Amino acid sequence: MSIADWSCPVANHASETITMSHGAGGRLSAQLFEEVFAKNYPSPELLARGDSAVLDWSSENRLAVSTDAFVVQPLIFPGGDIGKLSVYGTVNDLAVQGAEPVALTMAWVLEEGFPIEELAKLACSVGKAAAECSIRVVAGDTKVVERGRAHGCYIATTGIGRVKPSVNLSPHAIRSGDCILISGPIGDHGMAIMSQRASLVFDPPLYSDAAPLHRMTLELIAKVPGLRCMRDPTRGGIAASLNELANACGLCFEIQEACLPVRPQVHSACDLLGLDPWIVANEGKLLAIVPPESVEISLQILRSHSIGSLAAQIGTVQDLYRGLVIARTLYGTQRIVPMPAGELLPRIC
Amino acid sequence: MQSTDFANPIHVAALVRQIHAKSTRPLTLMEVCGGQTHAILRYGIDQLLPPELRIVHGPGCPVCVTPAETIDRAIEIASKPGVIFCTFGDMLRVPGSQTDRNRNDLMQAKSRGADVRVIHSPLDAIQIALAESQNTTPGTPKRHVVLFAIGFETTAPATAMAIRMAKELALVSFSALVCHVLVPPALEAIFDDADHGIDGLLAAGHVCTIAGDGPYHRIAKEFKLPIAITGFEPVDLLRGILNLVEQLESKPSSHRVDNLYEHIATADGNLQAQRTVESVFAVCDQHWRGIGPIPQSGLKLQPQYASFDASTLFPPVKLACEQPSCCRAADVLRGKIRPIECPAFGTLCTPSQPLGAPMVSNEGACAAYFLYQSLSDKSLSKTPTPIEKLAP
Repeated sequence: MSIADWSCPVANHASETITMSHGAGGRLSAQLFEEVFAKNYPSPELLARGDSAVLDWSSENRLAVSTDAFVVQPLIFPGGDIGKLSVYGTVNDLAVQGAEPVALTMAWVLEEGFPIEELAKLACSVGKAAAECSIRVVAGDTKVVERGRAHGCYIATTGIGRVKPSVNLSPHAIRSGDCILISGPIGDHGMAIMSQRASLVFDPPLYSDAAPLHRMTLELIAKVPGLRCMRDPTRGGIAASLNELANACGLCFEIQEACLPVRPQVHSACDLLGLDPWIVANEGKLLAIVPPESVEISLQILRSHSIGSLAAQIGTVQDLYRGLVIARTLYGTQRIVPMPAGELLPRIC
Repeated sequence: MQSTDFANPIHVAALVRQIHAKSTRPLTLMEVCGGQTHAILRYGIDQLLPPELRIVHGPGCPVCVTPAETIDRAIEIASKPGVIFCTFGDMLRVPGSQTDRNRNDLMQAKSRGADVRVIHSPLDAIQIALAESQNTTPGTPKRHVVLFAIGFETTAPATAMAIRMAKELALVSFSALVCHVLVPPALEAIFDDADHGIDGLLAAGHVCTIAGDGPYHRIAKEFKLPIAITGFEPVDLLRGILNLVEQLESKPSSHRVDNLYEHIATADGNLQAQRTVESVFAVCDQHWRGIGPIPQSGLKLQPQYASFDASTLFPPVKLACEQPSCCRAADVLRGKIRPIECPAFGTLCTPSQPLGAPMVSNEGACAAYFLYQSLSDKSLSKTPTPIEKLAP
């Protein structure tokens, strides 16, 4: 068989080229992963679809590995910048898998013409964030592309972390009757970015929630009996993360909208742009699934951290429908919350 | 999630009780606003109503009713080198005429290299055109900025302002592809059909805020239909529904126009906005995707603004498009069926592979039904978890 006989096992795509929606963490991102990446280089770790992979390393420790790329525009936004975000984002992917972050590597893709002074500010922000997370930046790479081929700079990271042998977090551990917790109000990061792009000003202002979650997650792991699984609901918002989990465990997640924390200014910004806080990105929020008897201790732990002071139970796991996320509205009515389709597009009216 | 006064569960419950108490016979009410469609489905307002009270959705989404030919034109223009194409975000995913395999929309055009930019106001396009006209970097030709001007009476004033500004600033590298549509002529076209089956109409408050309620008095009288002008929040919508039920259940039934959006909309509307629109646009016949041609239902540029008309600056493309036969978009847009009653809904026709107009935009009725599917058809267990149990 010659190379000419090879056929690519990729399904015919309705959409023939990459669009912005393929990067939005919704249905098209999942489709791209399934049909292009997982099909061509499957591994058990990749197919587990976690935020990071956990590898057996030694009898005492397992190794969590995670990789991420950061392309946020603008580079500096209310509440953060791309440097800080790249550290926190990588730390959080490790943290929700139960790992204690140890080290990260950092590759910068810089655009010709980007001011070194601005780069130094971002690097300083990386240094501060890494120190805050007690994590070392142990290797790096720099590439420069021609002017016009990157918006200032992009960052790619790899993070490694240590996972204790006793830790076993997985969506497969979720049982009917479990409770769904969130560490605070949703949609802050996405709306801070979108409002800045649209030059919308709110009072009180919108700030990104970019923050490291590992202290909170490590304490939950140490103290919460039966902790099932955690997620960091970034792109695609809680709608995407909850759908992924519900789908993986084959159970139904019912969320009470009355209990879902949303800041009034995020609510207003979403209303104005015709968006739903459910699908807006977060960068410092934790979703945790715990058995009912552990709700109280979990909420106590979450609320003892400043970034978790508004933590709440938002719903329960049921076995009514397979793999569905259901919202119960303020009025007791219900609707299915689907996986977001793609990029967030403001509605016209 | 916080509730404002307009979303207050206590007010909602009181209104729902009144609607149940007053409703004695099957009624079909139509709304014609994408925002209202969304609110009804997102909050499950339809689930709160008596089963014999049906809400149907008219052509309330300007994005959906933009003809496929106009989208093709937009894609063609956007794909030209030297063009910056400015559009509202929800137009990006709306397909034009489809070929066998390829979906054709502005997002695809963008991925193929077209400079498509999402704007939040038509005036953003003027800013871009101004920056372009002041660009003096040698060797970089000035690019032409095209505004995709779509929407109902609500967005037309901002488009008119943008075009007037372009004329005042003598911008030569700016034009608009205009596809503005008007709500009342479309309603008249729907109600002209003797079997329209609609008992009452919820009119969109924001449209009346701009255009006033004049045309609705004519429609109410001519078609003997009660009309409630209302907003998008759950309390607004339920007040509107209650008003229509009361009008229809009174003996003899009445067909008044009642303004329940009185805190925002006045009888005359926004006269300054109307004058601005009239100075830039003239009313013209317009084709509506999924419905067909409707006389005097669109806006075109007045002759003195002809130099800003992208449809004459760029030569037209010829593409025929047919609506697939299994798609019942026309019946959805006329309020004859609800989206879930269409045989193609959710199977052959989904937001990622839409067949008909109301599925193409987020704001369309079919897309809203797809997005906010209710569980009512799936024999839902009637044992809800009480909210009190979960409250933190």
